[in-house]
Amino acid sequence: MTRESAGGGFSRRQLLLGGAAAAGAGAATALGAEAAWRASAGGEASPAASVVASATTVGDAVVPFHGEHQAGIETTPQAHALFIALDLLDGVDGAALRRLMRILSDDAARLTRGEPALADSEPELALVPARLTVTFGFGPGFVARAGATAPSWLRPLPAFAIDRLQSAWSDGDLLIQLGADDPVTLAHAARMLLKDARAFGTVRWSQRGFRRAAGAEASGTTMRNLFGQVDGTVNPAPGSADFADVVWIGDGPRWLEGGTGMVLRRIAMDLDGWDRVDRPGREFAVGRRLDTGAPLTGEAEHDEPDFGAVSKLGFPVISEVSHLRRSRSDDPRERIFRRGYNYDDAPVGSSVSDAGLLFAAYQADVDLQFVPIQRRLDEADLLNEWTTPIGSAVFAIPPGCAEGGYVGETIV
Amino acid sequence: MRTIHRSLLASAFVAVAALSFSGCAVTGAVVESAAAEAPASPVADAAASVTLTDGWAKAAESGMTAVFGSLENAGAEDVVVVSAATDAADAIELHEVVADGSGTMTMREKEGGFPIPAGDHAHLEPGGDHIMLMGLTGPLLPGDELDLTITFDDGSSLDLTVPVKDYEGANESYDGGEHGAH
Repeated sequence: MTRESAGGGFSRRQLLLGGAAAAGAGAATALGAEAAWRASAGGEASPAASVVASATTVGDAVVPFHGEHQAGIETTPQAHALFIALDLLDGVDGAALRRLMRILSDDAARLTRGEPALADSEPELALVPARLTVTFGFGPGFVARAGATAPSWLRPLPAFAIDRLQSAWSDGDLLIQLGADDPVTLAHAARMLLKDARAFGTVRWSQRGFRRAAGAEASGTTMRNLFGQVDGTVNPAPGSADFADVVWIGDGPRWLEGGTGMVLRRIAMDLDGWDRVDRPGREFAVGRRLDTGAPLTGEAEHDEPDFGAVSKLGFPVISEVSHLRRSRSDDPRERIFRRGYNYDDAPVGSSVSDAGLLFAAYQADVDLQFVPIQRRLDEADLLNEWTTPIGSAVFAIPPGCAEGGYVGETIV
Repeated sequence: MRTIHRSLLASAFVAVAALSFSGCAVTGAVVESAAAEAPASPVADAAASVTLTDGWAKAAESGMTAVFGSLENAGAEDVVVVSAATDAADAIELHEVVADGSGTMTMREKEGGFPIPAGDHAHLEPGGDHIMLMGLTGPLLPGDELDLTITFDDGSSLDLTVPVKDYEGANESYDGGEHGAH
């Protein structure tokens, strides 16, 4: 079997695999080869793999699309993300949604393997998978058109006093969340998916986010936001039972079992205002040190904060209205998994920045987990002076699908 | 045509499916035995050797559209696709696209059909060879599945199902004059 792979020999990975995944060899072979490839090239790289890293280690890494859960949530965050919401066109019914999700799932399965989608007019752009993930989420409108029962939390969040929400950044019927370690891969995948979605809906909003480049920092490093803060220290560990408890739905509408609830908040950060705050003030507002991310009562990032510790003057070391204190609940159920991204768009007016955080939070029950935390932060949080939620959307993320299936098959 | 070959076709299809399914575990053995049987067996035909990979059809509300993909011939004999049939259109032809000298790409019926050499493939793609549907009997919507049958020079035929995709290209003008197709 030395002939070129299916679809015109476009997959560099297949060629590298010596044709093991070539046409007609069977899906199971391709899967096995893919696992071997990941093991050697390192989707979740081992230390040994990084020593022998080839020039295309980042580009060749694959995250499987198929599985019990959709990829892109428990996946180690890629360097680049794009969140796109669509409004469904009038007349798009359950049958049309089934056609849509079959096409989009097929596109995603191919593109995440580093293969062109069917009818891909720029197939060469698809050859660098770069840990591409595509995650689909359903807004209330999608679920209604599908004629299914929505979980009670699938609706806009309650209004918070700090919110300055713009409809241009809020809500939507269908979420397409993309992540990749390469921005060209991301752009191509997004375009391919949107071309296949345009008969069904229009783009409501599109939000692009970034972290450090792949390989720029040791893996496992907590991200920093554009305030310079270590952001996301307290987070359930992917792969742990705790993560599963917090994130995956085990008890809800049947079609959502194995899925999750997602909240995406666009949080504008007033970098110009933050400039006027010196380091002690910045650390006081958050309750953590800027250099290590450690709580003001500790030495290391992951030290437990001591909320009882008081200064010589008798004041709490970690302020009762600090972000750290206010975001922490005594109720262990009130926890979320966050997977945020920075944004930094073109400034408008006299400001020199339009930046902030795409706060993506995943939890089994938005009302029981996300909302109480947000309510406490809304009531009091020193950081609120420099942060403003300007967009908000809630989606039900359905479970993943097996090879040959499609995301959403449990509902349409 | 299609009814005559249906039973032959069904068994060929099963054979192909079994081959590709078990191929992962015992690739060499299965492929070799199939290849060894091919020349001797009276039921081995072109349809049993050919598979369509990455097939798709362009969505259209009405009128004309086309089917693309890669036809792979795993057999030991050269084969030729000589015709196609579908319930989704009034007429269906095997087309090629040629430059008319003025820079315009024109499609026309391909004389002799699509040859697929043994162990090789024929690519059907926008701007090149394709299976042309004319006079759609109903809309072909993105995400639909289109059924068609292709027939080979030995009379065997193969049922195909391809997904329908939204696509902006494949807009070559049609030189249908000499065929009088519509």
